[in-house]
Amino acid sequence: MSDPASHERLVEELTRSLAPIRRLPGPGWRAFAWVSAVLGLGALLLPLSDAAALQARLGVPDLRYAALGAMLTSGAAAFAAFQSSVPGRSRAWALLPIPPLVLWLGVSGLGCLRARLAPASNLAETGEMRGCFVFLMAVSLPLSVLLVMMLRRACPLNPSLTAALGGLAVAAAAAALLVPFHPHDATATDLAVHLVAVLIVVGLNGLLGGRFLEGTIGRRSAARAADADP
Amino acid sequence: MSLAQAAHSGRLRQARPANSGSIATMPARSMASSGEESLSASMQAAQNGDAASYRALLRDCVPIISAMARSKGVQGTTIDDVVQDTLLTIHRARASYDPARPFLPWLRAITHRRAIDVLRQGSRRPREVHDPIAYEARADDAPLPGHDLDDRDRRRAVVQAVAHLPPGQREAIEHIALRELSLDEASLLTGRTKIALKVNFHRALKALRASLSSSKEGSDV
Repeated sequence: MSDPASHERLVEELTRSLAPIRRLPGPGWRAFAWVSAVLGLGALLLPLSDAAALQARLGVPDLRYAALGAMLTSGAAAFAAFQSSVPGRSRAWALLPIPPLVLWLGVSGLGCLRARLAPASNLAETGEMRGCFVFLMAVSLPLSVLLVMMLRRACPLNPSLTAALGGLAVAAAAAALLVPFHPHDATATDLAVHLVAVLIVVGLNGLLGGRFLEGTIGRRSAARAADADP
Repeated sequence: MSLAQAAHSGRLRQARPANSGSIATMPARSMASSGEESLSASMQAAQNGDAASYRALLRDCVPIISAMARSKGVQGTTIDDVVQDTLLTIHRARASYDPARPFLPWLRAITHRRAIDVLRQGSRRPREVHDPIAYEARADDAPLPGHDLDDRDRRRAVVQAVAHLPPGQREAIEHIALRELSLDEASLLTGRTKIALKVNFHRALKALRASLSSSKEGSDV
């Protein structure tokens, strides 16, 4: 049943095309590089924000913890995405972003009670929320492109999982970068807008990023099956 | 225990032949781990561009991949597809291998994924089924041989039964049932009232039912 001749031909073909290759740094280093890029983008945007308002908002515990949760989610999801892109690593790494995600969403949800507890809070208007949504989307795009390019260099065997984790990292990073520009406190609608933006970013990354990542892996039998089909 | 068998069992480091004590286990374990170490060293050399080590590594991987694919339920010629897809993926992903880690889990992850892909492709493709008497055993959709004769007999019985009806009833059955005219049209053609036609039609049906059922019972007996 086995076809040693064709295996031998393939081995020769692959050996001929062998060139020295630079070993990929570990997932931790690659996640660190991506998070550094996020921080760099944040540093570029920081002069445009209202520093006094940011300081005041970070003085409120739930806003501070929500921002911290978003940052931790972003880092953990990026690390998990890079782990999942290397063959042989445990799939349990995909669970790593869950605790910070719970912190981020939980504290943001608690913040929604502010409208009841402190009626004088500065609440969002529709126009401002549209601005938030546009900001989240605009920041997510370059971060997604960068992350997918970095993930493509490895060999994601579960492209959809890797891309979805990447999407979560991007969405959380965008939410963390939004904090200095967020002109109001959290409300249920505000949280819903953020959640929709997060789900859109995760979904788009899962769909499009998954395809990009899948295209990186050559499969001869798939090509043969396509040729065989009339 | 060969490296391929150890890889097949998925427990290379815990590989242990049957009926062996702890002393007998040592050589097998050290052989397997030294085999894995040599694969790891070959991969490291391949990353640095050593073609001879790479060729040897890929050749060594072929039986290991076959054993791993078989353990995932891949059979027959599709094992070759898994082997070739896995070799291609090894080539594509060789930068992602970390020499500080064991080689076989890396290879196993790639092989299992490629095996699943090939099995999925196979389940989507139409397959030939070996069933030599399928053609002979297939039931024919065409009518049975005596169908035409039975049909002719039934038609003749109906014609005879209609012919034995009284003229008014026969007229009603011919126009309304056989020629499928409406009551108005039949009334115009025959000059009878619609009520008379209806009455004759129902009487004719009753008479036909009686005569046909009695003739059927007679023929059955």
